[in-house]
Amino acid sequence: MRAFSYERASSPQAAAQAAMARDNAKFIAGGTNLLDLMKLEIETPTHLVDVNGLGLDTIEETDAGGLRIGALVSNTALAADERVRRDYGVLTRAIVAGASGQLRNKATTGGNLLQRTRCPYFYDTNMPCNKRAPGTGCSAIEGFSRSLAAIGGSDFCIATYPGDMAVAMRVLDAEIETVDPDGETRTIPIADFHKLPGETPEVENELRPGELITAVTLPASVGGRHFYHKVRDRSSYAFALVSVAAIVNEDGTGRVALGGIAPKPWRDETAEAEMPNGASAVMRRLLADAKPTEENQFKVPLAERTLAAVLSEAKG
Amino acid sequence: MKREHNGGITRRDLMIVGAATAATYAFPKVAYGQANVEAPASGEALKALDASLKSEVSFTVNGTARDIAVDNRTTLLDALRETLQLTGTKKGCDHGQCGACTVSVNGRRINSCLTLAVMHQDDEITSIEGLGTPDDLHPMQAAFIEHDGYQCGYCTPGQICSAKATLEEIRAGIPSHVTADITGPIEASDDEIRERMSGNICRCGAYSNILAAIKDVKGQNA
Amino acid sequence: MEFNNPAENNVFDRAKVIGQPLRRIDGPLKVSGTAPYAYERHDAVPGQAYGYPVGSAIAKGRITNIDTSAAEAAPGVLGIVTTLEHDPIENLWDYDPVRHFGGDEILHYHQAVAVVVAETFEQARAAANLLDITYERDESANFDLSKTPQASGDSDADPVQNVGDFESAFASAAVKLDQTYTTPAESHSMMEPHATIAAWDGDKVTLWTSNQMIEWGRQSIAKAFDIAPDNVRLDSPYLGGGFGAKLFVRSDAVMAGLAARKVGRPVKVTLPRPMVFNNTTHRGETIQHIRIGADENGKITAIGHHNATNALTAVGGENATLPIVAFYAGANRHIVNAPAKMHLPNSNAMRAPGETAGLMAFEIAMDEMAEKLGMDPVEFRIANDTQVDPGNPDVPFSDRHFVECLERGAETFGWSNRNTAPGATRDGAWMIGHGVAGAYRPAPVQKSGARVVLEPDGTLRVESDMTDIGTGSYTVMAQTAAEVMGLTIDDVSIDLGDSNYPVSAGSGGQWGAASATAGVYAACVALREQIAERLAVAEGDLTFEDGAVRHGDTSTPLSQIGKGEEIAAEDSIEFGDFRSKEALVSTFGAHFVEVAVHAHTGEIRIRRMLAVCDSGRILNPLTARSQVIGAMTMGVGGAIMEEMAVDHRHGFFVNHDLAGYEVPVHLDIPSQEVIFLETTDPYSTPLKAKGVGELGLCGVAAAIANGVYNATGVRVRDYPVTLDKIIGQLPAV
Ligand SMILES: Cc1cc2nc3c(=O)[nH]c(=O)nc-3n(C[C@H](O)[C@H](O)[C@H](O)COP(=O)(O)OP(=O)(O)OC[C@H]3O[C@@H](n4cnc5c(N)ncnc54)[C@H](O)[C@@H]3O)c2cc1C
Ligand code: SF4
Repeated sequence: MRAFSYERASSPQAAAQAAMARDNAKFIAGGTNLLDLMKLEIETPTHLVDVNGLGLDTIEETDAGGLRIGALVSNTALAADERVRRDYGVLTRAIVAGASGQLRNKATTGGNLLQRTRCPYFYDTNMPCNKRAPGTGCSAIEGFSRSLAAIGGSDFCIATYPGDMAVAMRVLDAEIETVDPDGETRTIPIADFHKLPGETPEVENELRPGELITAVTLPASVGGRHFYHKVRDRSSYAFALVSVAAIVNEDGTGRVALGGIAPKPWRDETAEAEMPNGASAVMRRLLADAKPTEENQFKVPLAERTLAAVLSEAKG
Repeated sequence: MKREHNGGITRRDLMIVGAATAATYAFPKVAYGQANVEAPASGEALKALDASLKSEVSFTVNGTARDIAVDNRTTLLDALRETLQLTGTKKGCDHGQCGACTVSVNGRRINSCLTLAVMHQDDEITSIEGLGTPDDLHPMQAAFIEHDGYQCGYCTPGQICSAKATLEEIRAGIPSHVTADITGPIEASDDEIRERMSGNICRCGAYSNILAAIKDVKGQNA
Repeated sequence: MEFNNPAENNVFDRAKVIGQPLRRIDGPLKVSGTAPYAYERHDAVPGQAYGYPVGSAIAKGRITNIDTSAAEAAPGVLGIVTTLEHDPIENLWDYDPVRHFGGDEILHYHQAVAVVVAETFEQARAAANLLDITYERDESANFDLSKTPQASGDSDADPVQNVGDFESAFASAAVKLDQTYTTPAESHSMMEPHATIAAWDGDKVTLWTSNQMIEWGRQSIAKAFDIAPDNVRLDSPYLGGGFGAKLFVRSDAVMAGLAARKVGRPVKVTLPRPMVFNNTTHRGETIQHIRIGADENGKITAIGHHNATNALTAVGGENATLPIVAFYAGANRHIVNAPAKMHLPNSNAMRAPGETAGLMAFEIAMDEMAEKLGMDPVEFRIANDTQVDPGNPDVPFSDRHFVECLERGAETFGWSNRNTAPGATRDGAWMIGHGVAGAYRPAPVQKSGARVVLEPDGTLRVESDMTDIGTGSYTVMAQTAAEVMGLTIDDVSIDLGDSNYPVSAGSGGQWGAASATAGVYAACVALREQIAERLAVAEGDLTFEDGAVRHGDTSTPLSQIGKGEEIAAEDSIEFGDFRSKEALVSTFGAHFVEVAVHAHTGEIRIRRMLAVCDSGRILNPLTARSQVIGAMTMGVGGAIMEEMAVDHRHGFFVNHDLAGYEVPVHLDIPSQEVIFLETTDPYSTPLKAKGVGELGLCGVAAAIANGVYNATGVRVRDYPVTLDKIIGQLPAV
């Protein structure tokens, strides 16, 4: 870990300014992803701006009947919130399917959205990796790719977005609120927040330099039955091979997003329209462009079968 | 983040811990192997800076107030183990992947390896040493002995801190991955305990015995 | 003391303390965080500096240059030791002929190439990353076991067993199986990474370290630093697990010693977890070609087994043939072990080395054979039990109750209620299956010594370089001493793991408890003889009971024997070769499991597990049971998740941390039951005890794989049995 200076910001805008003011500065929230990567010098900030004391740790109701979740709300607090459990069950279920009790106590809403891939080559600084060291090549495409993306990747990178919470937020049409160093705020739909790798896998999201996530908003509840089915080898404390976040209505319509299979939470509203016709109809569209490797091609049938499991549970 | 200098920000806007003089210093890149291209810059320059990259922090550990000067990079785990020489908290992986470093901060369990000591100003930290001593054991510690809830003992302090927190979290109604009805009350079933303990790996495989120990303590509290 | 004949009725048969489920005496220290592990010995020596190791970035080739200038100039740095400034430090122990450090040649990924020492851990870690190392990569190496000649059975390895005429017996067998099975490389992944604090005093060095075999380690360190063994002290009272990973000195100890010598201060080094996987050792991969022939009645007539495995050095690999030579009957046998030299890190012993991978494969093969024969897999195994060494029928097993293990297990588990039709049992979304497998592991012993001291207050102190890696050595050794001296366990204190104490068996090969307790017995008998001498009576006429020694009607409290002085005695147990000449001394078991496989997703979960063990006298049922449930848990890992994935281009284990290399967590482990048969084996030790800690792992994974087959009808022969290997054959949804 490189040496760095450290400061506690006093307000969201001040935090954004502090990050902007220095070359190579980073926000630190829970620290559970950033410090992991800093120890390995995959991330090498020389200045950390601690955003924990900014009062961004509350969940409030919005005028639109939804919720506004502060960026510093912990995963545990968010999952345990009565309103979330009642109206956005998929979100609670996704969060508690992730990491461990200890990590969820520290992990924050903003930090969780921004967690980086678990691609094992990204984690090994001796190995070529376009995401970590642009231009060096991708070790995974012809290497150990079992856990990596079967869709949405590029010739430059097939890393998966590893998180769970964001997959649920994607089916809930969440929006991300930010503030920049000038005090400007903006709202980014979660669909646009994470980026596909294309030729620049190092660019993972929409945020601009210094821009701080202040909150995530959820629109009013859409009802339906909520599911999050996360598939992994180990029954807990493991990242998804595939996960399905779904909201299923009485009439068989609903919403679905996939985790663990793409560089971002994977949802396609036109594919979703097929839900009444069953899992394979949905997946024919949703995964039409899948380009799996030999090692991860199982994810394509797995995604379909996992959705089928959810749909049959919804019926049962 | 690539940024130009943004004017208008004054030092008063920031509460700075450690020096902020690092502003635009170009830190060296690592040469790890083939993949990295840039050569390391001078260590001398680093040395000049290093002294300023430390902070003072005050918190309580097991009820005792502690004021320490730490390298900003020092994790809470290393502050406990190395600075304060409280070695009951273990380092198994240093990456949040095993749970051996579990401690309680302000009443909530966390992995002390993935948090910086400097981020814990005024916090209340409880490590295994704060639960009980060999002569005055916490009921959970006693139950681990009774049920042989360990073998090599290395994950044990973390397991015990988590076990205590697990029962508290169930009591507080925090849902888990195995909670069938997340809107209803939560029972301390075997699977609820197992799931909540899953962030603490025990390679010796004492899991069934640890479960028995936790259920024993749960019974005592009921 | 020499053990030259089978044990007769002796003090252990009264079993007042031995055999009792006593709580661990080291428990209060462990649960309170006060048991000191290697890296934590702040009190051991002042002025400790931090060493941070650097591993090679390539798997094979050479280092042409290491530029240390930036690191040297970094804050806090006290010194740097690079591999280029030393001749190779290698072959420190016969069973582990690897290179730890030194020289420009790179033999495997993450081979230790430098250690950077600084005042603080943070400084050392940061400076380590400033080393600029130039490599010359050798592109020619093959890292794919399946591409070696050995994998296709094309090797010049001599058979380890060649009895009768396998080829013609197999050719003419009524029922045959001919299949290939694979097991992946596995990591010990004990919770405490390798760690050492080293301090020099002139040409004497002390290492506070985490090592299972203190005497091997002492000799190895002497060789590494070219000093006399007497100038080396190792201290390892607590180990955070080992499972074989700490049988030998590893690079942490070598680097700590070199660095401490160079900077002139004590230095502590721990291997960062992501470096453990490729720097140290692992269970080798195997490709096993198995052929079994049987007659119509299910009697095995032919066993062929060919094992290919990766090994960097002449001693290495996972020798999966080990259990196959002796477990089942069969007159015609051809069994070959063929290690293939590969530039992965050297593979070496991991818990039940050989048996684990061997039985992972062979016990699936037995299941397949039973099915071909239309026999119950329990019955098929019973039909092929043997009471003699199948390779040498003149030698009987000393005490073998494998059949009873199977029968007790089947009855307890409710085996007869299972649905024999694969894929035919459902519980909601889950397909349910049951599996069985046999367990077999020899019961080796090693010479083992101890020193016992009768204190003036009548309590006893035991000293030995024996280690407790979680196995319960402290407790069973104290129980042994208490039993022999007629004390309670509270009267016994015990110090372990220090090379200043008498040399013991150490912890490995499941010989630890059996040998070390016998060593304590030898020392206690020596003490009893001294007491007898003082009382001027024959030792055989004395009874040690209730803290006193009785002779006829006179009873003398032990506290009065020494008259205010302590009485010390030291001895070792040495095992005569009758043990191997007259009999095969082994342990046996049977595992039964219930598994559930999600009919849609193929997720595999274990629902219940039962182990029945026949391993001689159980010294402490509480700690022995823990050994077995722990082994069963490791077996779950091997069955359904553990695999160190090899990158065949770069030549390293890719998933080299505890997030990438998954081992079981709490939720993976269901209720576990363990039954110990009440057996004693007089051929084994004076205590008639054998090991159990490795036996518990043998066969577990196969029982699970067989259960998955029973649940789904999908036979997976490549471990781990993960959902991607079955999903294509699950029923349509
Ligand atoms: C062993 C292990 C297992 C895990 N398993 C799972 C899993 O199964 N599922 C899962 O979803 N996650 C998992 N995680 C990931 C974990 O959820 C994330 O590490 C965590 O959510 C990150 O949150 P944080 O607050 O700690 O982020 P930090 O580490 O503090 O920050 C992460 C990044 O976000 C930036 N950042 C933080 N806050 C803001 C903000 N407000 N505005 C702008 N930028 C910000 C930081 O600069 C940094 O780049 C696992 C982690 C570990 C270590
Ligand atoms: S998949 Fe992406 S993260 Fe992984 S090695 Fe390739 S470029 Fe790097």
